[in-house]
Amino acid sequence: MIFESSLIADTLHHTAQTVADTAAAAHASGGHGEGFNFVHLLEHIKNSNSVELPGIHLMLPQFAPVQIGGLTLDLSMSKHVFFLLLGGVLLLIASVYAARSYKKNLVPRGFVNLVELIIIFIRDEVVLPNMGPGGLKYLPYLLTTFFYILIMNLSGLVPYGATATGNIMVTAGLAIIAFFMIQLSAIKAKGLRHYLAELTGGTPWFLWPIMIPIEILGLFTKPFALCMRLFANMTGGHIVILSLFGLIFMFRSFVVAPVSVLFVVGIYMLELFVAFLQAYVFTMLTSLFMGLGMQGEHHEESHTH
Amino acid sequence: MEKIAIAYLAAGFGAGLVILGAAYGIGKLAAAAMEASGRQPEVASEVRTSMLIAAALIEGATFFALAICIILATKS
Repeated sequence: MIFESSLIADTLHHTAQTVADTAAAAHASGGHGEGFNFVHLLEHIKNSNSVELPGIHLMLPQFAPVQIGGLTLDLSMSKHVFFLLLGGVLLLIASVYAARSYKKNLVPRGFVNLVELIIIFIRDEVVLPNMGPGGLKYLPYLLTTFFYILIMNLSGLVPYGATATGNIMVTAGLAIIAFFMIQLSAIKAKGLRHYLAELTGGTPWFLWPIMIPIEILGLFTKPFALCMRLFANMTGGHIVILSLFGLIFMFRSFVVAPVSVLFVVGIYMLELFVAFLQAYVFTMLTSLFMGLGMQGEHHEESHTH
Repeated sequence: MEKIAIAYLAAGFGAGLVILGAAYGIGKLAAAAMEASGRQPEVASEVRTSMLIAAALIEGATFFALAICIILATKS
């Protein structure tokens, strides 16, 4: 896990350096004349230190990096961090409002009705089939995952918004939490000894030194896939939209504009769908892995749908 | 050829191959889903749910490869 994250961090650092160098070179050479530079448009998707609102360019608070042991802790706020916090605050407000409105009226109306629809859908189609009745105690975590990822995905689609889940570190954080929840649910359901016994996979004792590292590595592949899937889906959609708009600048004529905007509207609808779908897929795969972990050797009764 | 030219070329080829694999897989998936819904329209919505999930998983795999292409295309 540490190896993966340092590799990803190096890749990101390299990409950031590349973009910074190219942007500097483009500005230095007065670069609007020579044609379109793909790397230049990545600036719109990457993290930055400021937040833009119509007319205002807000610089976010920056703090000096702190050295703890060998690690550098840089707590300065960036655009994605800002949208992470904004998403959290929005989710908190919406949830508290929805929960409070049940005190007045047990039959929900309006916005709370929509929230209840989604909650019932996740409970009946995702959690109960995958994890059985014992999975209901993990329902709050899965609902939070779904709504939080959904809000962050949708934030990138409004004007002046940024997709926090388009940052691989954000999705890596979500995947790390999912990893801990999967192991936790397995340990709680099966007990620590049985969980560790499953790591050996039923092989004789002399194969354990080979078996256990491979099994531990195999535990990490599923959350890693979750991380990459969410990150690449969110970033890929934005890159396609920006590239289609870049066509206008590449051809440098007005005729391309209506065609380009039409394609962008089409891809935008697809991105809206993908935002919902990826939030659902993340939640469903997490509940599936948790269910598989909880099930283990004891084959449960096949449940009728 | 310079190294960066080869990197760009590889990124282009890679993206093409990625979309080849992804479109083939999802096409077969959609064909099976269509046939199943045609045979038994009552289960059409369940088939659609499973199809979407499988399509999202296949796309997840293609995006791994696409991320490598992006790394190649943004080298300096």
